[in-house]
Amino acid sequence: MKAKHQRLTLALLAVAAIVGAGLLALSALKDRAAFFYAPSDVTAQTLPLGKAVRLGGMVEAGSLKRAADGVTIHFVVTDGRATTPVTFTGIAPDLFKEKSGVVAEGEFRPDGSFVATNLLAKHDEKYMPPEIAGKMHETKTLAQ
Amino acid sequence: MPALHAFANPARFLKLARPLTPVVTWLGVALIALGCWAGLTQTPPDYLQGETVRILYIHVPAAWLGMGGWSGIALSSIAYLVWRHPLADVAARAIAVPGAAFALICLVTGAIWGRPTWGTYWQWDGRLTSMLLLFFVYLGYIALARADRERGGDGRIPALFGIAGTVLLPIIRYSVVWWNTLHQGPSIGLTGSSIDPSLIWPLPIMLAGFTLLFAGIVLMRMRAILAQAKAEARMRRRAAQ
Repeated sequence: MKAKHQRLTLALLAVAAIVGAGLLALSALKDRAAFFYAPSDVTAQTLPLGKAVRLGGMVEAGSLKRAADGVTIHFVVTDGRATTPVTFTGIAPDLFKEKSGVVAEGEFRPDGSFVATNLLAKHDEKYMPPEIAGKMHETKTLAQ
Repeated sequence: MPALHAFANPARFLKLARPLTPVVTWLGVALIALGCWAGLTQTPPDYLQGETVRILYIHVPAAWLGMGGWSGIALSSIAYLVWRHPLADVAARAIAVPGAAFALICLVTGAIWGRPTWGTYWQWDGRLTSMLLLFFVYLGYIALARADRERGGDGRIPALFGIAGTVLLPIIRYSVVWWNTLHQGPSIGLTGSSIDPSLIWPLPIMLAGFTLLFAGIVLMRMRAILAQAKAEARMRRRAAQ
């Protein structure tokens, strides 16, 4: 009976250690495993210039503008603390719109703006039928 | 653990498992059929995603069972290492294949949903990558358990691997909370859900159906593994004569 209890203690300790290791790795990798930069993550000094990065945040309300050529769009990405102006030429996903999440792939410019080569729409965790969403989500989309 | 040890004898387990298998499996299939009907025809589309939202009725249960399957392997592995319970070893090996299959279903349905919603099938974000890793860890476990058996091992090494693989479960769960990822945060928590009630109600039906089907497959595989062990033992006895 004693050996059995020893093995049980050992197994439970091992599981606790492994799960703890996972959680520690998770929090330690917070910066490295980030899928994108938020506008407040970058300052003029730490601008990651000359490499392909992603910029994520919300498209600021009223900032979405289409250029005269019809395929270039300008908008501002915000995370509530800082903003970054973005330029993108190409086809944006259907869900891309103002006041909704976006992840832009591209490069920072020395002036702090961002030139995107690809746009991904970030979906939030809220799901609801159109009747309920109603007016509160009436925003300008590119599809219109 | 007197209750557990009653099932240590495979004969007693088989006596229970034999009638239970078809009941569990068919009940699961029926619930999945009901859930598919409800999810495809009885719920409204989402205000943003439109009809694409319906894939969640398959994606979410598959993801939960992919992770639940590994929890089952880990618990069985502990039971096997601690109590040397022979059925625990059989259960862990039986769970691995459907667990891997459900993890794969989760990845594939996620990619299909991601294309119209995010604009991409695949991105190396924290949630997607850790779930893919779990799928690979399942494959590694299946290969290791098979190799261990073929070399006449006692199953202790796969059991240790089963415990070690648990490291991925908290990473998958909290990746969307602690890292910034493309994948959205959890919609359903202990305190409620951010999915509207009119959209979510087929999900518990699908979850129950998937779980019963999973249990049915595990019972089938456990019976098959026990039958194979019996046949091998008989062949060995015959060869020895």
